[in-house]
Amino acid sequence: MTKGVDVDLENVWIRFGNFVAVREANVNIKGGEFFSFLGPSGCGKTTILRSVSGFLEPSDGKVRIGGKDMAGIGPNKRPTALIFQNLALFPLMKVWENITFSMEVKGASKAERRKRADELLDMIALPDQGEKLPSELSGGQKQRVAIARALCAEPDVLLLDEPLSALDLKLRQHMRTELREIQQRVGITFIYITHDQGEALTMSDNVAVMRAGVIDQIGSGHAVYNDPATPFVASFVGENNVFRGKVKSIDGNMALVSTNRTGELLARIATTAQGKLKVGDPAMMFVRPEVLNIAPDTSPAVNRLTTSVLHEEFEGLIYNVFMEGSEGKEIKMSLVNVGKQRQSAEGNNLTLEYVPEQAVVLPAGELASE
Amino acid sequence: MKAAQLIRDYFVKNGLGLGSFLLVAVLFWVVILIVLPQLSMLDFSFRHHLPPPEMGGPKDTYTIEHYKYLVLGAPGADTSYNVVDLGVFGRTLLAAFFVTILDLVLCYPLAYYLGQSRGGGAIRILVLLLIIPYWINEILRAFAFRIIFGESGLINEMMLTMGLISDPVDFIRANVALYAGLGYAYILLMIFPIYNVIESLDRNQIEAARDMGASWWRIHWRVVIPYAKPGISSGCTMVFMLSAGALAAPQILGGPSSLWFTQIIYQWFNTGGNWPRGAAFAVVLLVACIIIVLSMMRLFKVKIGDIGK
Repeated sequence: MTKGVDVDLENVWIRFGNFVAVREANVNIKGGEFFSFLGPSGCGKTTILRSVSGFLEPSDGKVRIGGKDMAGIGPNKRPTALIFQNLALFPLMKVWENITFSMEVKGASKAERRKRADELLDMIALPDQGEKLPSELSGGQKQRVAIARALCAEPDVLLLDEPLSALDLKLRQHMRTELREIQQRVGITFIYITHDQGEALTMSDNVAVMRAGVIDQIGSGHAVYNDPATPFVASFVGENNVFRGKVKSIDGNMALVSTNRTGELLARIATTAQGKLKVGDPAMMFVRPEVLNIAPDTSPAVNRLTTSVLHEEFEGLIYNVFMEGSEGKEIKMSLVNVGKQRQSAEGNNLTLEYVPEQAVVLPAGELASE
Repeated sequence: MKAAQLIRDYFVKNGLGLGSFLLVAVLFWVVILIVLPQLSMLDFSFRHHLPPPEMGGPKDTYTIEHYKYLVLGAPGADTSYNVVDLGVFGRTLLAAFFVTILDLVLCYPLAYYLGQSRGGGAIRILVLLLIIPYWINEILRAFAFRIIFGESGLINEMMLTMGLISDPVDFIRANVALYAGLGYAYILLMIFPIYNVIESLDRNQIEAARDMGASWWRIHWRVVIPYAKPGISSGCTMVFMLSAGALAAPQILGGPSSLWFTQIIYQWFNTGGNWPRGAAFAVVLLVACIIIVLSMMRLFKVKIGDIGK
């Protein structure tokens, strides 16, 4: 039933002169999947997208769409449609002309085009707006017109280059749901580029996390968030408290890490590091703010740490408590607001605890810069 | 009340010193240098051709005899219309139109290339190469073209050596030199307005059109040209007006049989010594040019405000 086709990147390298923008990318995107490339700006995610859309040929390796090698096939000949970051609607064409431009190119009659435009305008819930110019629409409406324009060509793969980044927060969150809905409805493959992990996690079936041209991890949002493959992924996707130290002992999947300031901490070894991490290795232990909790008593244990509270902030849904950590880094704990005003603990010592299985140990490595 | 408010706002915004300077400078430019001389030309064109002592005398009344002359010719002539002058008039406008189209065809690709390749040293050198010839005096440039296109000129010599022709081609008589010279003289006035507009065209729009399967032809026809229309019309207006009003190039490069309407005007003012008639002819040329430009703008749906962009 799904119309979407697979997109495969096989050992793709993209170089600009001496600069390597993408290094050995191997990705298999299944037909009908919502797939995101997530990474900070300059990590090569847009470059990958351009190689799929055909504006760029990989220096090495193969891009396959629906099993077919795309080498030498231009963007106008590929079964892909691209939505640009700034949407790139044609300002001097009416909305309906914008939407059906791909049909105009193929020589469709005006009546056919009008009919298709009306169908698509209904789909994006903008009926009777076809005669307007793009400049007469709001940001969210323009967004939807851009989607309709891309879908009009009935592509097998829709490529989206951070299309929500220009919208304000509320609209962005709304458009996330809408994009996901549209994708489910049309059933084609969506490849989405973003630096916003919230967008990637909420919409995607699978996420590839990129760092400096390298794909660090590919997996479901759940896997990427809870079982990161590298310290970069752990620190880039969501917030994380990091504790540096050495592996003191290993017991099955669990490792005890001795840290300088916060004593010995127990955590699960990330799946990718299991069997590789050895006693004595430099390691990083990650605990998410929402995993931390205030311990009922102050007796020491391998899943407890005691430190002083620096400041607190109230965010509505949660209270954030910032505490002194090692190397000048603060430890952050998030407590859900249950409707009672929290007694501030600023200046006091707190003992925190966590469920060791919910914390992750990885071999020491590069973190995402703040 | 509203005007007083506007004036106050203007001075508050610009300050008294700068505000008055701008106002005086613009008024001087528009009124003293443009409107008043044109009005006096207009006035001249409706007067009789009189020797100086009789000016202001009883014979100095208003008349439309010069306009009549342009249309009907001298009283008692063989033809019922002034075929010679009207012919030159029509040919001049047609030739100016042709020069404009020629410049547009030449300059659009160049302006597109300049506007879309993002800066860089090569572009700056290219722009400089376009500008440098304009450091040379217009008349010298025209004579240079005469040399290039002359019977023993560069082009003829080359074609003769290559065996393409057996006898030299008279480019001057065929007006090839004239069109080339005029086209060349106003190339910059065509390139820069188009270049300015295309430079601000979002590259993504071109890529989006390409992604949707559009051919290069269609990308230009549907995306680039509509966007560049204000620049194109601005360039065309200037080139057309200036070609129709050119004097030096037709004088130097024009063939023996071809006369430019400006040359007739010049003759009436100068050798003919009949200023009112010259003024009448000049007024007709100006009005005709304005009408043509305005109707072209209407035809291509360009607003007058767009020209200034």
